[in-house]
Amino acid sequence: MKPAPFDYEAPRSLEAAIALLAQHQGLARVIAGGQSLGPMLNLRIAQPSLLVGIRHLPELRDVRQTADAVTIGACITHAEIEDGRIPDPTGGLLPYVARRIAYRAIRNRGTIGGSLAHADPSADWVSALALAGAHVTVCSPRGERQIAVAKLLLGAFETQIGTDEILVSVTIPRLSARARWSYYKICRKTGEFAEAIGGVLVDPDNGIRRAVVGATAGAPIVLEGNAALPGCDVAALWAANIDDPYKRQMFEVVLRRAADRIAA
Amino acid sequence: MKTVNMKVNGQPVTAAVEPRMQLADFLREQLRLTGTHVGCEHGVCGACTVEIDGMPARSCITYAAMCEGAEVRTIEGLVDDPIMSHLREAFAAEHALQCGYCTPGMLVTARDIVLRLPDADDARVREELSGNLCRCTGYVGIVRAIRRVLDERKS
Repeated sequence: MKPAPFDYEAPRSLEAAIALLAQHQGLARVIAGGQSLGPMLNLRIAQPSLLVGIRHLPELRDVRQTADAVTIGACITHAEIEDGRIPDPTGGLLPYVARRIAYRAIRNRGTIGGSLAHADPSADWVSALALAGAHVTVCSPRGERQIAVAKLLLGAFETQIGTDEILVSVTIPRLSARARWSYYKICRKTGEFAEAIGGVLVDPDNGIRRAVVGATAGAPIVLEGNAALPGCDVAALWAANIDDPYKRQMFEVVLRRAADRIAA
Repeated sequence: MKTVNMKVNGQPVTAAVEPRMQLADFLREQLRLTGTHVGCEHGVCGACTVEIDGMPARSCITYAAMCEGAEVRTIEGLVDDPIMSHLREAFAAEHALQCGYCTPGMLVTARDIVLRLPDADDARVREELSGNLCRCTGYVGIVRAIRRVLDERKS
């Protein structure tokens, strides 16, 4: 289908982009690569009156490294991460996940920040970056604030990001050399949105034992501590109100398979 | 209407477009470059795959107005490309198409595989083709055609 009519602006700076959002009070949407929003526009599921393009803004492509973390600009693409063109503080988790997002033609344009802000519960970064313990920085006329990826989603396609805020970067903590991770997803077809996602991260030097169950109806379920370890205590899953037995089975399976891969 | 400047197959193009116009429709209906096919219109089938700034991209979920300054190459712009000539011959020899609807997008993806993954095995080629749907061939001929080009370029 063709999208409903919308207007398009490509502001010259981040400040101008934020000002446009504030001016349009929730009727505007930010667009970077448009690889998730595009389908929703074409299917007329999303009908914003204005799209604010940010893909061209150089400040959203910055990459900064510190002793404890790497901060990646929101407009870095999945393909850049897949190809190792961006420093990876996770011992391979980021490129592993990136390569399995949709298809190469999508990864060439789709961005890490766009995927998070779009907040599809089945999208890979929503789960993988919660597993990695990452946070995002959002910018508004009131300044900057940080939100943990694990707490970003309020529900499907709903985040804590305000209507006049733009997600500008993602900060991913460095894992130690002894860290081990696994990431397993069930897709009915290669590249399709996941039916269920399971991830496990164990980093003894940083005291991390964490598991993530994603592609739920909303935010990923993050299990910390002993609940996250092989033979996972899945009680937390049932506490999260997943009552469809088919879905439960899939979540149990991805979690078990992710845990088995860590143990192996 | 928005004015957009881009290069299409090496030629500078300036046009006024409605912001909602898909790049695929712009190429087909305004520039009459009908080699780019439109299938699912939500980024899944790969029929509309073109090259933007040297990389394969979906022209159905990319809007023309957002291509300011971009260099777009369609299947028409790859006529004289040596790898594409090679792929066309291999596609014919290996029966890598029947109806041909997916073929323009398939060829753009195939060219990317040949350039980016010279050591790809058949499993990787299939994985890379997962974003281009073909409902005629069952992919056997397409994988063989790409294999042939990969192997010939090595020897």
